[in-house]
Amino acid sequence: MNPPSDILLNVTDLAVTFDSQEGAVHAVDGVSFAISPGETVGLVGESGCGKSISALAILGLVRMMSNSIITGSVEFMGRDLLALPESEVRSVRGRDMAMIFQDPVTSLNPVLSIERQMTEGIENHLGVSHADAVKRSVELLEMVGIPKAAERLRDYPHQFSGGMRQRVMIAIALSCNPKLLLADEPTTALDVTIQAQILHLMRQLSRDYQAAIMLITHDLGVVAGMTERILVMYAGRIVEAATAKEIFASPHHPYTVGLLRSVPRLDRPRLATLQSIEGLPPDLAHLPRGCAFAPRCVLRTERCRAERPELTPTTAGRLSACFESDKLVKTAVA
Amino acid sequence: MAATAATLPSPGAAPDDVLVGIRDLKVHFPITSGVVIQRRIGAVRAVDGLSFDVMRGETLGLVGESGCGKSTTGRAILQLEKLTAGHVHYEGVDLARLSGGALRRQRRRMQMIFQDPYASLNSRMTLGHIVGEPLLVHKLRARDERVDRVKELLNLVGINPNTVNRYPHEFSGGQRQRIGIARALAVEPNFIVCDEPISALDVSIRAQIINLLQELQRRFDLTYLFIAHDLSVVRHISDRVAVMYLGRVVELAANAELYGEPLHPYTQALLSAVPIPDPVVEERRRPVVLTGDVPSPASPPPGCHFHTRCPAMQQGLCDVDDPVLTEIRPGHFAACHLVTATDYPKIRSAEDTAASTVAAPRPDDSAAERGTS
Repeated sequence: MNPPSDILLNVTDLAVTFDSQEGAVHAVDGVSFAISPGETVGLVGESGCGKSISALAILGLVRMMSNSIITGSVEFMGRDLLALPESEVRSVRGRDMAMIFQDPVTSLNPVLSIERQMTEGIENHLGVSHADAVKRSVELLEMVGIPKAAERLRDYPHQFSGGMRQRVMIAIALSCNPKLLLADEPTTALDVTIQAQILHLMRQLSRDYQAAIMLITHDLGVVAGMTERILVMYAGRIVEAATAKEIFASPHHPYTVGLLRSVPRLDRPRLATLQSIEGLPPDLAHLPRGCAFAPRCVLRTERCRAERPELTPTTAGRLSACFESDKLVKTAVA
Repeated sequence: MAATAATLPSPGAAPDDVLVGIRDLKVHFPITSGVVIQRRIGAVRAVDGLSFDVMRGETLGLVGESGCGKSTTGRAILQLEKLTAGHVHYEGVDLARLSGGALRRQRRRMQMIFQDPYASLNSRMTLGHIVGEPLLVHKLRARDERVDRVKELLNLVGINPNTVNRYPHEFSGGQRQRIGIARALAVEPNFIVCDEPISALDVSIRAQIINLLQELQRRFDLTYLFIAHDLSVVRHISDRVAVMYLGRVVELAANAELYGEPLHPYTQALLSAVPIPDPVVEERRRPVVLTGDVPSPASPPPGCHFHTRCPAMQQGLCDVDDPVLTEIRPGHFAACHLVTATDYPKIRSAEDTAASTVAAPRPDDSAAERGTS
């Protein structure tokens, strides 16, 4: 797709399997995608679809879980992170690649001051003195919109509100000028008005910093305004990949269609009933043999139950993992 | 202030259309200090003077951000929280005056569906016991009929009736929420408080539960108080909507009016902050980004609770006087000094504000520019 020099992150055939009492759980099952420098990509799916585990695997945080098996490759700035020893991954994680977690309450250490938590990474990664790290921290806090930054630096996480904590998380993530920012549901724990503030801030910062962002979320509204390209995941696999405009204008996978139709929209007339996706998400320890979405799919055929569709170009030149996607191309989506 | 707010029925509504009447409801939680002798040093004003009516057969949406008191309101209406002040009338009966058996008999008419389907079902009870317990408590069926009734209820909410002997952990979040709904329906209530019934569920499951709630409402003539923070969902399900901020209702109107022409600055900001799942629409939108956080309900700001974040705030007025929830247009209530019958402050995004002066409320450029939204 892209010339090699234009690729920041190249994930190939990433698979994460966990051992459990019920057998192997295929949390991520053969995921491939690439992110260019400065690009914003949305990874969309429901809980349990493998989106967070994908991010943790990219950061090299899954391999610390003892019951996990990871295969595939995660090439970041030309190096396969999965093949590197932990000490070298550490020099990348938090520096060139940083993460913003969903829950700002549990992802900051409650017994360490913000100063401690901010300067630790800066000193380690950039090799600057503590005084310089403090100076940089104050700048960062000011940049993410925390008033009286120099004073607040000595405060502890509980002294900040949810939105302010998420700002601190963003400041920490940006502290070493990362090339790639992984944001896992960064606004899910926040109220709408605070969500609007944080999204506004992230949009500004990605512009100013030229950092690529991978935004992981279940909220279609959030990715619509934030990302250029969207990957839709279901049961550990990417089922559709396209630009944001393409996905929302004409989804090419029945799951994406179902997701878009099941959400009421403020800008559309009210409907008498919502179109829901029937059934339940599958159990990752007992996936059906064919397409994992087939049991809930309105377009399923015999083939879908027997054979697993790969992410391939449709006749319209879009990527979809569905045998019947041509049917969707013809029927306009409401 | 009670006088204005107490006469709140919808236009043309006969008094007996009111199922639940809430007047001057206050729920304050004490903040104490000291270990043995606990001194009261303050109060969290979770609900701070609410008055509204819930009409028979309607769905009243109650929206607001976390901590605004919407869940406490729901619990207080069902007498699950002790009221600090005010009254809740159910079919004209003041619930606060009832106790013991009389209150229990009233409770049969009012039920609740909880947010967290994991915490709200006892993991040591089978479905049969969970759904059957209300029947036992209210002595509604003979022992041998009880199992049949439970099966009937499970069937109603789309759960296989043969699972009565199973435990909650064998079910997914969406299924558990259905079980919670079956339990609420067991006593044949008229009024159900739905406290964020879908926010803990997966996106693809939410629509199923919303559709189920709507179907049950039609079938059994239920009245819902639907508490949620998701404005799109509330618009979908509600007939009327009340917007709460820091323990007070700031705006209350019929669905189409509230979403079509929100009068209160907070409602306007809230609506503009909801992301629309469409990149083309999002590109054109300029959301109002409110600055700052919601103040603590333990020390709400004086005057209008929203004045600290309000782009239209007028010094000397909004930060001094409490605005009263007043009927601005028929059936459309707002609590804002700047909202009048002919004009209201129109909140715009920061980019727009830079170009024009919006900070001061303008007296005469009324509805003209509003047509574009």
